[in-house]
Amino acid sequence: MKIRANLAIGGGLTVLAVFVGLFGPWLAHTDPIMDANLMNAELPPSGDFWFGTDQQGRDIWSRVMYGAQISLAVGIGSQLLNTVIGTTLGVTAGYWGGWWDDFVNGLTNLMLAIPSLIFALAIMAILGPGLTSLLIALGLTNWSYTCRISRAQALSIKSQGYVQAARVLGYGDLRIMFTQILPNTLGPIIVIATLGMGGSILAEAALSFLGLGVRPPSPSWGSMLSDARETITTAPWLSLFPGLAIFLTVLGLNLLGDGLRDILDPQSRSRR
Amino acid sequence: MLGFVIRRLLQMIPMLVAIALLIFVLFSVIPGSFATGQQDEGLGLDMAVVARMRAELGLDDPLYVRFGKYVQQLATLDLGVSFRSRQPVIEMIGARMWPSLKLTIAAMAFAIAIGLPLGFVAALRPGSLMDLGLMVIAVSGLSLPKFWLGILLMYLFALTLGWFPSFGYGQGGLSHLVLPALALGVSPMALLARTTRAAVLDIMNADFVRTARSKGMNEYRVVVWHVLRNALVLVLTTIGLQFGSLLGQGVVVEKLFAWPGIGSLLVDSVFQRDIPAVQGCILVITVFFLVINTSVDIAYKLIDPRIRYT
Repeated sequence: MKIRANLAIGGGLTVLAVFVGLFGPWLAHTDPIMDANLMNAELPPSGDFWFGTDQQGRDIWSRVMYGAQISLAVGIGSQLLNTVIGTTLGVTAGYWGGWWDDFVNGLTNLMLAIPSLIFALAIMAILGPGLTSLLIALGLTNWSYTCRISRAQALSIKSQGYVQAARVLGYGDLRIMFTQILPNTLGPIIVIATLGMGGSILAEAALSFLGLGVRPPSPSWGSMLSDARETITTAPWLSLFPGLAIFLTVLGLNLLGDGLRDILDPQSRSRR
Repeated sequence: MLGFVIRRLLQMIPMLVAIALLIFVLFSVIPGSFATGQQDEGLGLDMAVVARMRAELGLDDPLYVRFGKYVQQLATLDLGVSFRSRQPVIEMIGARMWPSLKLTIAAMAFAIAIGLPLGFVAALRPGSLMDLGLMVIAVSGLSLPKFWLGILLMYLFALTLGWFPSFGYGQGGLSHLVLPALALGVSPMALLARTTRAAVLDIMNADFVRTARSKGMNEYRVVVWHVLRNALVLVLTTIGLQFGSLLGQGVVVEKLFAWPGIGSLLVDSVFQRDIPAVQGCILVITVFFLVINTSVDIAYKLIDPRIRYT
């Protein structure tokens, strides 16, 4: 019963976010950047402007719709990077062992030793603001859990009969990793990636809020909140909607991840 | 036991060197880093200033010499001199440390005071409406952007109701602390509620609890004597790990509430391109995280003698 509620609400919110991300330009009423009109500055929500307007008279509804693209691009892109790095390192380390395993272990411990937001902030400070920098900063700093799990799976699977059999049949290392080991690690990895996507979206919003993420005037939810802070007394609705968008998107991904874990990764409780 | 503690402490040394190396590499090797980026950005720096910065950073020395110097400095707790204020970085961070620690401790106290009972109550009636409601609160707490929550708290409790000051440190009194601590404390609170619930549920189903019940022990005694004590071991780990990471998580909250902590120093220094200060802040936050994690590891062993490390 509870499992289905997780999946249904989480899946629904995630589908909604992806829908907005894909069709944002059609859902928006105006251009999120160009349609500034000081005559309309700081109007409260109304029939014309569903979420109100900002200091420059831009329609908040349109900006929130467009903002989904940035959040989802960063969330999906950075998690793809993390997943590829984490599984590649983890599976090869578990399968080959030896010095490579020691090296990967050391690297994983180092990554775990640095708070990830601080690490991302350092990279943003060096690379400068922008979407590419964000993808790099968030995509290179959060692979340690994926790596740990896929290494553990590879370790336990490589001594199984069917992997031995594949080796006897003359399968190469790469083929064994791809066809025998990887499919067996997929469940937990999908769960981590889903939860990680929520984390990345929160981190992007935080970095953009600090002015280190996406450059204004791009309608990132985080930087919209940063602008809204200055008008909180005169136009509080500016702070409400972008934050709500972040919250619902991340909530959806977290619920979906929890629901998927119950299905895909039933042993997770004994491991944690 | 003493051997374990010493071994665990010694394991920190290679990690500290690795962290120092990483921070060093990040900020001095990658092309287009601060010093060289100054000209590209057209910030109006003339060549003489850039040359002075290069000399000050020792950018013309070979890499290994520079790293050697950096470690040598670190060993004597010398984090360099700020480009902006010309103050030793260690002094700047020292002045910010107490406000940051105060915020972290207050946030953690809130997380424990609310999260622990929530998780415990939820676990006593698994599947009930109460359980469901509490877990909805927990998942929501983990999905809230801290700075958004901060803005909402600021709007409601400071600007509308006027109960608390909206930002700043004031004279260091309690009233300035409340809102930032709430904003920072909500996600560890949520995590703690979930961990406590899972830990208590696990132990409720353990054999020794069933035995205790079947020999006629009353429920209150079972819960306090067997369940609570065992669950606390797991919960303490979460508390420790969260505490270690809060200093880093606090960056956004500190910036929002203009809190004079190490996090806002870090962000300001990034914008002022003050490399020694940025490096110093990142190093201190990371080392704090590492030290707390190691202490948690040691404490874990001390509390629960069943745990054996190889």
